[in-house]
Amino acid sequence: MTEAIAIAILMTVIGAATPILLAALGELVVEKAGVLNLGVEGMMLVGAVSGFAAMALTASPLAAVLAAMAAGTLAALLFGVLTLTLTANQVATGLALTIFGIGLSALVGEGFVGRTVDVRPPPFPAPLAEGAWSRLLFGHDALVYVSLVMTAAVWLFLTRTRAGLILRAVGESDLSAHSIGYPVIAVRYGAVAFGGAMAGLAGSYYSTVLTPMWAEELTAGRGWIALALVVFAAWRPWRLLLGAYLFGAVMTLELHAKAAGVSLLAPEFLAAMPYLATVLVLALISLRRGPGAQAPACLGRPFKPAH
Amino acid sequence: MRLELIRRAEPSRGMRWAAPLIAVALTLVTGAAVFSALGYDGPAAVREIFLTPLLSPLIWQDLGIKAAPLILIATGLSVGFRAGVWNIGAEGQYVLGGLGATAVALATWGSEGPWMLPLMILAGIAGGMAWAAVPAALRVRLGVNEILTSLMLSYVAIQLLNYLMRGPWQDPAGFSFPETRLFTADQLLPILPGTDYVHAGVAVAFGLAVVLWVVMARTVFGLSIRVVGEAPRAARHAGFDAKRTVWAAMLLSGGFAGLAGALEAAGPFGQMVPQFPTGYGFTAIIVAFLGRLHPIGIVLAGLILAVSYVGGEIAQSSLGLPAAAAGIFQAMMLFTLLGVDVLVRYRVRLTRSEAA
Amino acid sequence: MITRRTFVTAAAAAAALGPHARAADPVKAAWVYIGPIGDHGWTYAHDQGRLDVEKAFGDKVKTTYVENVAEGPDAERVIRRLAQEGNQIIFTTSFGYMNPTLKVAQRTPDTVFEHATGYKTHSNMSAYNSRFYEGRAVCGTIAGHMSETGVGGYIASFPIPEVVMGINAFQLSAQKVNPDFRTRVIWVNTWYDPAKEADAAKALIDQGVDIITQHTDSPAALQAAEQRGLMAFGQAWDMTSFAPKAHLTAIKDNWGPYYVDRVQAMIDGTWASQSTWWGMTEGAVEITPYNERVPANVVAAAEAVKAEILADTNSVFAGPILDQSGAERVPSGTKLDDGALLTMDWYVAGVQS
Repeated sequence: MTEAIAIAILMTVIGAATPILLAALGELVVEKAGVLNLGVEGMMLVGAVSGFAAMALTASPLAAVLAAMAAGTLAALLFGVLTLTLTANQVATGLALTIFGIGLSALVGEGFVGRTVDVRPPPFPAPLAEGAWSRLLFGHDALVYVSLVMTAAVWLFLTRTRAGLILRAVGESDLSAHSIGYPVIAVRYGAVAFGGAMAGLAGSYYSTVLTPMWAEELTAGRGWIALALVVFAAWRPWRLLLGAYLFGAVMTLELHAKAAGVSLLAPEFLAAMPYLATVLVLALISLRRGPGAQAPACLGRPFKPAH
Repeated sequence: MRLELIRRAEPSRGMRWAAPLIAVALTLVTGAAVFSALGYDGPAAVREIFLTPLLSPLIWQDLGIKAAPLILIATGLSVGFRAGVWNIGAEGQYVLGGLGATAVALATWGSEGPWMLPLMILAGIAGGMAWAAVPAALRVRLGVNEILTSLMLSYVAIQLLNYLMRGPWQDPAGFSFPETRLFTADQLLPILPGTDYVHAGVAVAFGLAVVLWVVMARTVFGLSIRVVGEAPRAARHAGFDAKRTVWAAMLLSGGFAGLAGALEAAGPFGQMVPQFPTGYGFTAIIVAFLGRLHPIGIVLAGLILAVSYVGGEIAQSSLGLPAAAAGIFQAMMLFTLLGVDVLVRYRVRLTRSEAA
Repeated sequence: MITRRTFVTAAAAAAALGPHARAADPVKAAWVYIGPIGDHGWTYAHDQGRLDVEKAFGDKVKTTYVENVAEGPDAERVIRRLAQEGNQIIFTTSFGYMNPTLKVAQRTPDTVFEHATGYKTHSNMSAYNSRFYEGRAVCGTIAGHMSETGVGGYIASFPIPEVVMGINAFQLSAQKVNPDFRTRVIWVNTWYDPAKEADAAKALIDQGVDIITQHTDSPAALQAAEQRGLMAFGQAWDMTSFAPKAHLTAIKDNWGPYYVDRVQAMIDGTWASQSTWWGMTEGAVEITPYNERVPANVVAAAEAVKAEILADTNSVFAGPILDQSGAERVPSGTKLDDGALLTMDWYVAGVQS
C-alpha cells in the first residue's frame, strides 16, 4: 500500500466518522443527564434537510449550519416537552420522534430533490493542504475540526466545570440533585436541546458535505450507529472520539479492500461488528468494575419528585 | 400566568378513559389544520385516514392482519415493562422468530404433514427467546443495562438475516435474488373461516392478549411481575426473586416476538426475504405504551396504528396525499397520545407566576 | 400457472378472454412504488411513465399511485385494495412485489397486473423489464475511450442476473476499445445508501479508477466523481444537475412507451399476459444527451454501438467471450441468447469482482 492510498483511506475514514461523532457527542450529554433520546436519526434528518435548504437558498455555509442546529434543537425540544414536562415514556417518545423526523424531512425536502449545492472549501488556506500529509491535517471540512474541538469541550464541561458536575448529578440521582436544590428539569432541557443541535449538525454534514443533496432518509440509519457509539465509549468523550474513528474504519475499510480486489469477511459480519463490539464492551466494563458501573443511573427514567 | 402540574394522589379513573379520546380529537383537529396548511383538503384527508378504514368490512380484515404482529409483540413487551425490564430489542427477536420458522421450513422442504407448522412455530418462539436470553443473562449475571444490549442485538439480527438470504438460504431456483423458496402448503397458516384472506395468526394474537390479561390479573406470576415493577423492595420482602423476574420477563417478551415473527413468515410472507423486518418490534414499543401496558389497551392501540397505516395508503391513492404527510400525521397522533397521559397522573392548574 | 420468463408472447391464446374496459368509462390504472416519487431515480422514472399515460389518453384514463410501499404483506394489502377500488390494471414496480402481486392476481381474476423486473406470470399477470445492459454497453464504449487509467469502477447492489449482465456488458464494450481495460466492482449490498455509495466511489477512485458507473439508486457516486474532477454516468434518469462536469451521459429508464402500450391494450380489449423485455428499439432504454466534454469521435463511437444494438440487441454479447478464469464461454461466431442472459451468474475476463 502506498502512502498516497493510506492517506486517502484515512481521509474517507475521517469523513465517515465525523457525523456519527457529532451526533454521539450530543447524545452523550443527553444520556449523562439521565435522558435516553432514541430519536437521533429523526433529529439528524430534520437537520440534514434544513441545512441543505438553507445552503441551497442562501449559499451561506454559516446559514446552513445554523439552520441545521436550530431544526435539530426544535425537534429535540418537542421530545423534551413530552418526556420532561409531560413525563411521557422516553423510549416510546424517542421512537415516535424518529417517525416524525422521517416524515417531516421528506415533506420539507420535496422541493429540493434533484438539486445540489457547492461544497464549502476547508477552513484553512488552500496552500496549507497541498502536500499529501498536510492534506490529512488541513484538508477537511470545518465540521471535522468542530467535532474535535467539541470532544474536548464536552470532556472539559463534564469533568472540569460546576455545571457539568450538576448535569452528572442529575443523571446519577435526580432525586438527590433535586433535594439539594438543582433544577433537574431545566438541566435536562438544556442537555436535550444540545443533543438536538449536535444531531442536526451531524445531519447537515451528510446533506452539505459528504453527499451534497437531499433525498428521503438520506442518513440511512447512521443515527442508530451514533447511539451504539455512546454506549461503546462507555459515556466518555475521548473514547467516543476513538470509537467514532474505529466505527468509521469498519464502515469504509471493507470498501477499500474490495476496491483493491481483496475480499475480507462477509460484509454482513462487518456491518454487525459495531453493534457486537458494543455489547461486548458493555459486558467487559461490568466484569471489570462491577454491575451497574457503566450507564448513568437514572438513564431513561422520568423524574417524578414526591412533592 | 403559567401551567402547573399537580400530582394526583390516585391516577384518575375518568381520565384513563377520557385521555385517549382527547388525544384522538386533538390529533384530528391539528391534523386537518396541518394538511390544510400544506395545501391539501385537510378535513377530507383526516376522514380518509381515520374514518374510511373503519367503514369497510373488507378493510377490517386488513386491519386485523396489520395489527396482529404489533399486538402480539406489544403484549409480550408490556409484561417486561411492568416489571421494569426494558427489552427494546423485540425487532431482533421478531427476526429470529421468522428465521427459526424458516429454518424448519427449509429443512423439511419437500415433506408433508400437519406436524410441520407447529414445529415451525415452536422453532420461532425458541429463536425469539434465545435472542432475548443474551440481554437477560448479561443483566442478571453482570448487571448490564438491557435497554442498550437488546437494541444493539436487533441490528445484529438484521445482518444475520441478510447473510442467510444472500448465501446459505437462497432459493436455488430464484435467479440469485436474495430470498428463500416459497413455503409449501403444509408450511403455511390456514385462512380463518368466514374471512377472505385473514390468516390464523391473527386469531392467535387477539386470543393471547386475552389470555395474558387473565394471567396478569389473576395469577401469582402476574402479581410478582407487578410487585417487582412497582415496589422492588416490597417484592424482595415478599420473597419474589428479582433475577427470576428478569428472566421470565425477557423470555416471555422474546417468545412473543419470536411467535409474531414465525406467524408473519408462515402467514402473509410465506417465505423469508431481506425485507422481513419492517420495524414492528419498535412500533410495538409505542403500541405497548399507548395501550398503557394493559393487554386490552394494547389491542386497541394496535388497531389504531393499523388504521393510521392503512388510512395513510387510502389517502394517497384517493387524494394524492404524499406518504410523508401520512407519516407526520401518525407521529402527531403518537405524540398527543403519549402526551395526554399526563392527565391521568397529574392535574393541570393555571397559576399566576408570583404564586409559583 | 407460473412460468419462467419467455420472450415469445406465450399467452396469446388468452387474449380473447382477457378482461377489458367498457368503452364509455375511463380505464382506471394504478401504480405501486417502492420509493418516494421524489427519489429522482427508479421510482421517479416509473412515475414519469405514469404521467406519459395521462398525457397520451387524457380523460380516457384515470391514474393513481401509492408510494413508499414496503415489499411483503404491506404490498399485498395495497395491491389488493387498489384492485378492490376498481382499478383495472395495476403496475407493481419492484422485484419484491412479485409474490404479493401473484397472490392477489390469483384471487382477483377480473383485474390485470403488470409486474416489473420479476420472472413469474399468470393468466392475468404479465412480467416486464427493460434491457438496461444495452445502455451499459454504450457507457462501456465511452469509458474505454475516455478512461486514462484504463480502470473503470462499478458500484453494484446485489449479484442478481440483471446486475451481473450490466457489469459484463460494460466491460465487454470497454475492452473492445481498449483491450487492457479493467472493471473494478464493489458490492455495497444495498440499493440505496448515499453515504456508503459515496465512500465506495472514493475507495474506487483511490485505487486508480477514473470513471465510475453504478447500479444503485442515488447520485452520490456522481458527486464523488465531480468533487475529484473525474467522470461518471447517471442511472435511471438524467442526473446532470448533481454533477454537471462529471456526468458524461445517463441510461434513462423510459417506461412511458410500455405503459401507454398496455393501457391501450386494455382500452382495445386486447390485453394478454406476456413477458416483455424492451430495449432501445422500443424506446424503453435511452441514452441522455452527451456531456460537451465527450469528444466528437467518442460520441460517434457511442452512436455506432447504439446503431449496432438497434440492429441486433444481442450483439453486445457476441463471442468470443472469456470468463474470469480465462475459459472460453462464448465461441467466436455465436452470441448469448436471452435465456443465458437472464440466468447469468459469471463474469467476463477483465472484471475484478
